[in-house]
Amino acid sequence: MKSGRFWAWVVFILGAAYFFIPLLATVEFSLRMRRGVHSFDAYQIVLGDPRFQATFLYSVIAAVFTIILGVLVVVPTAYWIRLRLPQLRPIVEFITLLPLVIPAIVIVFGYIRMYGSNSPLPFLGSNMGANALLVIGYATLALPYMYRAVDTGLRTIDVRTLTEAAQILGAGWGTIIGRVILPNVLIAVLSGAFLTFAIVIGEFTMASLLNRPAFGPYLQNIGANRAYEPAALAVIAFAITWGCMSLIQILSRFAPKSANRPN
Amino acid sequence: MADPFLSIQHVRKSFGATTVVEDFNLDVERGEFVSFLGPSGCGKTTVLRMVAGFEEPSAGTIVVGGKDITRLKPNQRNVGMVFQAYALFPNLTVAQNIGFGLKVAGMSRADIDARVAEMLGIIKLPQMADRYPYQLSGGQQQRIALARAIAPKPKLLLLDEPLSALDAKVRVSLREEIRSIQKKLGITTIFVTHDQEEALSISDRIAVMYGGKAEQVGTPFEIYNRPATKFVANFVGTLNVLEGTVTDAAAGTVRVNSEQVSLKGKLNGSKSGDTLSLALRPEAISLGRQPGRDSSLSGEISEVHFLGSVIRVRVGIGGNTVSLDTFNSPATPPPAVGEKAEISFSSSDMLVLH
Repeated sequence: MKSGRFWAWVVFILGAAYFFIPLLATVEFSLRMRRGVHSFDAYQIVLGDPRFQATFLYSVIAAVFTIILGVLVVVPTAYWIRLRLPQLRPIVEFITLLPLVIPAIVIVFGYIRMYGSNSPLPFLGSNMGANALLVIGYATLALPYMYRAVDTGLRTIDVRTLTEAAQILGAGWGTIIGRVILPNVLIAVLSGAFLTFAIVIGEFTMASLLNRPAFGPYLQNIGANRAYEPAALAVIAFAITWGCMSLIQILSRFAPKSANRPN
Repeated sequence: MADPFLSIQHVRKSFGATTVVEDFNLDVERGEFVSFLGPSGCGKTTVLRMVAGFEEPSAGTIVVGGKDITRLKPNQRNVGMVFQAYALFPNLTVAQNIGFGLKVAGMSRADIDARVAEMLGIIKLPQMADRYPYQLSGGQQQRIALARAIAPKPKLLLLDEPLSALDAKVRVSLREEIRSIQKKLGITTIFVTHDQEEALSISDRIAVMYGGKAEQVGTPFEIYNRPATKFVANFVGTLNVLEGTVTDAAAGTVRVNSEQVSLKGKLNGSKSGDTLSLALRPEAISLGRQPGRDSSLSGEISEVHFLGSVIRVRVGIGGNTVSLDTFNSPATPPPAVGEKAEISFSSSDMLVLH
C-alpha cells in the first residue's frame, strides 16, 4: 500500500515537472531582458505596445461575438435534440466533432473560395463581412467544446419534464428556454464560453489567412522578430487561459442543484 | 350526467403500428375526483398526457367546460399538472416556482405575491418561500408542485402518479392532503395511479384501465364489490378464484369441489356443464359455519400467517386454495396447518367472472 503511494507520488512529480519546468523556464527567460537582473521590462514593452492593445481588444470582441453566436446556435440545437430528436444525436455529435478533424486551414480556404469578393456571398469584400466570417469560423472551431459543454449541462436536468411543467403553466418556447432551460445550464454554457474565449484569443490560422488584426497573428509576428517579448506574451496568453479555466471551476460551484429527480 | 365538465370521447392513440389507447370514453363532472387505475403500460398516463396536450390523439375529442381542446397546445389549455418527478424548476425559489404560471399569465407583482402566500398557506408551508427545491424533502417538493399547479386557478388538475416517488408514510398523509385541498377548491381532478389502495381511498370514481381501454368506470364501492370483468376483479383487491361447473343452469346451481352452491340469477348466458370462474373476497369468507351464510365448502388448512390483529388462513379446497382473514382473539389460538376446516359464505357475495 505504502509502496503504491510512493510510486503514485513519483509519477505525479514527474508529470508536474514535465508540465511546469518549461513553463518556469519561459517565465524565467521572460524576466531576463535587463542584463544581470530579473525585471518586468519585457512585460512593460509588450503591454505598452499599441499593437498589443489593439489586437488583444480585437480578439476579445471577436471572442464575445463568437460566444454569443455559439450560444444562439448550440443551446436551442442541443435542447431540441434532447427533447424531440434524440435519434439525430449521433449525427449531430459527429458534425460537431468535424472541426477537430478538419484543419482550420482547410476551412478557411473553403471560406475564401466560397465567400470571395466575386462570389454571390462576398463576405470578404468588406471589413465587416470579413470580421463576420472570422466570427462564424471561430464559432465552428469552438463547436466541439461548446456543444459538449451544453449537452453535458442538459444531461444533468430532466429536460422533458421541466419543459412540460413550464408548458402546462402557460409558457411559450422563448420563456421555456430563457427562464427554465438556460438558467439551469448556465454554468455549462459559461464553461463552453470560456473554452471558446481561450481558443479565440490564441487562434492564428483563420485570422492570418483572412487578414484580420487579431492577437494570434500579432503573437506570431512578435515571436518571429523579438527575443524576450514572445516569452512574456506566451506567459500572458497562458495566464489568460488559466484564468478562464479557474473561472469555470469557480462558477461551477454556483450551479443550481438539481431537485427534479426524486431519490 | 347532463353536462359533463370533462368529456373524453372515442379517443385513440397509436405510436406507429402500436395502439396504446383504444376507444377511450369518459365523462367527468365538475369538481369530481376521478382516478385512472391500471398496471404499467395500460395507457392511463397516455390518456392523461392527451388531456394535458403533450400527446395528440390519433382520433377522438377532448372537451373541457364545453370547449374542444383536442388540438390546443398545452400552454393554451389552462390545465394544471403535477408530475411524478416533481419537476420543480431548480434555479427558482419555492415562491418563484409557485408564481411561475402567474408571471407567465402577466399578473402584477403584488397579485403574484398575494397568491403565492395564499398557496403556501393552503399547503401548510408558509415558511418555505425562500428555499430552493434541493433544500426540501420529497413530500415538501410535491406539495410545492401541487401549489404551483393550482396557483393559476386551472380548470382541470392532472396528477400523474404524484405519490409514487415518496415513502409509504408520506404517501398516505399527502394523498389525504391532496384530497382535502381538491375538495376545498372544488377543482375537477384526474389522478393517475397503479396503487389500488390510493385510488380506492381518495376517488369519487375510478376508471380501471387495461390494454388501452377502460375496463370499468365506477365508484370505489362498485369497482371493489361489483367488478365488471375478470381483470378488474383480479386487479382490485385480493380475490379467491374457484373453478365451478354449472349443474343446472335454470336453477342456478354450480358444483364446486363436489359441493353445490346456489347462484340463482348470476348465471346469465351459462349452460349446464359450463365451467365458470367464481370469485370471493377474503372478507366475505368465514372459518366454520356462521349464521346467515348459506353456502359452505370443506377443505384442509394449508397455511396460517399471524399478522397481529388479523390472522390470514389459507384453506385448500380440492384443486383450489382460498385465503380468508379472521380477527385475532387472545382467548382463541389460531387454527393449525393440516386441520380439517369448513368455510362458509353468502352465495350473494360470490362473483361470477366473465
